[in-house]
Amino acid sequence: MKRAAPLTQLAGPMLLILLAAVLGTTASTATQVYFINALVSVAIVVALYVFIGNTGVLSFGHISFVALGAWTAGVLSVPSGVKPAIMPNLAGFLRHTTVGNVPSLALAAVVGGVFAFVAGLALMRLSGLAAGIATFAVLQIVNNILQYYEKIGPGQNTFSSVPETTGIWQAAVGALIAVAVAFVYQRSRFGRMLRATREDPAAASAAGISMYVQRLGAFVLSGALAGFAGGLYVHLLPLNAGALYLDLTFVTLAMLVVGGSSSLWGAVVGALAISALDSFLSEAENGVKILGAFNLDLPSGTRVIVEGVLMALVLIARPSGLTGGREFALPRLRRGGQAA
Amino acid sequence: MTVTWQTFADGVSLGGIYALMAVGIGLVFGVLRLVNFAYGQLIMAGAFSLALGAQWNWPVWASILLCFAVVLTLSTLMDRLVFRPLRTQSPAVMLVATFAVSFLLQSIALLWFGSLGKIATSLAPLNRLWTIGGVDIRKISIVSIAVAAGCLLLLQLLLERTSVGLHMRAAAMDFRTARLLGVRANRVIGGAVLISGVLAAVVAVMLTVQTPLVTPTFALSDTIIVLAGVVLGGLNRPVPATLGGFTIGFGSGFLGGALPTGQSQYLPSLLFGAVIVVLLIRPNGLFARGRGSMERV
Repeated sequence: MKRAAPLTQLAGPMLLILLAAVLGTTASTATQVYFINALVSVAIVVALYVFIGNTGVLSFGHISFVALGAWTAGVLSVPSGVKPAIMPNLAGFLRHTTVGNVPSLALAAVVGGVFAFVAGLALMRLSGLAAGIATFAVLQIVNNILQYYEKIGPGQNTFSSVPETTGIWQAAVGALIAVAVAFVYQRSRFGRMLRATREDPAAASAAGISMYVQRLGAFVLSGALAGFAGGLYVHLLPLNAGALYLDLTFVTLAMLVVGGSSSLWGAVVGALAISALDSFLSEAENGVKILGAFNLDLPSGTRVIVEGVLMALVLIARPSGLTGGREFALPRLRRGGQAA
Repeated sequence: MTVTWQTFADGVSLGGIYALMAVGIGLVFGVLRLVNFAYGQLIMAGAFSLALGAQWNWPVWASILLCFAVVLTLSTLMDRLVFRPLRTQSPAVMLVATFAVSFLLQSIALLWFGSLGKIATSLAPLNRLWTIGGVDIRKISIVSIAVAAGCLLLLQLLLERTSVGLHMRAAAMDFRTARLLGVRANRVIGGAVLISGVLAAVVAVMLTVQTPLVTPTFALSDTIIVLAGVVLGGLNRPVPATLGGFTIGFGSGFLGGALPTGQSQYLPSLLFGAVIVVLLIRPNGLFARGRGSMERV
């Protein structure tokens, strides 16, 4: 019974993602976009979770890895013929090189990971509020540079002409990969060592665990996953630097905290729940029929207000998130253990 | 780089405004251990009330009064409805709650006023030049330096000379022990929230003079810079926090005026790069004494 538990923990999030994907395929093209968006959000939030969930340290910098991943995949997959028109100032080899869908995603992950490594070498020395603000500073710097440095991308313009390869299945497979990597990592000895430093830093370091090295490892892994998710995102819709900044940071952090930041299950549930709410409300702004009877037609802009209020309510009522920060478990499996 | 007296005055006046914001953020952090991301939206709300006052042709004092009323009401509501129920939760939860509040206020402003914003003109005469000893300086620079200095002095008196101030300092040092010794939690928190609201209103008045166009993202980037500045100075005590706010405000005002346009667009990178470097050298803050703060976020 005990041995079966870990696989159930993985199966829960995976089945939920598959369910969303299957539901998405049955939907009309217009509605399908919501499902794809939700699955890409899952990938981003799981990337956040790998660092925040396992270390207990809040990072505001992860969207900068997403942005770098999006930039990498975007610049490399715009067809060479169109590049001079939308990105006239590109430097050197970027102007002529074009790669396919999968290599661009892989390169996005590599760039995210390498950048997280470089940034992490310095940042992981910090802890507490200083660490939080330093990751925030990274977000500011990356956003500032991407906006104005036109040798590596479109600057303030929107990334148009990126092949839109992130359909429902690519998004689902991407989210599944992120979940699988996160799961394997948290069950590995490195993940366990890191969680030990989260629970009791003093005891962990007495047991010979270097908090710096373990945190750096998680930072790089989550940076790579974030870069990968950014690649998925840029293949979904035309992005600009403004779309990969504060709003996305807040929304993804809120997804993680609302779901329950200390479990993978929480990350997936939070991302899907808030995405679902967001999709429903943006449909409602255009007018939607509920049960064929009510005609719900909200003024545009109410979406964010309702979301803000609901988020605050969830946090007040269930501060440890919808899942309570626990991994997925089937209720009846507990019967064999301690009395429930 | 071109440095004139105006660049210098710009630096000092922005430093003064940021110092006030730093105090507002630092006080609430002191008693609640809460980094208030929604602080900028309080200032934005104040700025919109000033713009509305100007639109309705109210006299200047009436629009300023409206600004204070709106900001204080909002900050008290924020405290009652969100911060107080979450007081015992982890810093991460509180932080995300302030995100939610900040989002909420921003989108209400967007619904109400649109993304183009409104212009607050009532105090525009303050933008005119004063000539002091052959040097042209905008009046608002002098006024905001004076107001900031005055507010900081009053605040220092309040913290050092009154019992509420004593309670607040005790709570900032160790909330639990302070409560055991008879400090009333809700009163201290309410006081800190109120003072930080007053400061937000003052900042709103001065910022609208400098940038009269009020949009839903008004003061957002300022708040982010001030947050970095506060941590840079040292969040645990009011004075280092204020100095940090002043330093980063002076830096961004001075460099913003002194650098040519081609370089000043990278000013945020420069500032935040400097923040990272300073944090690596002095994680507890530039102006903090001693060591040993516990992990909080």
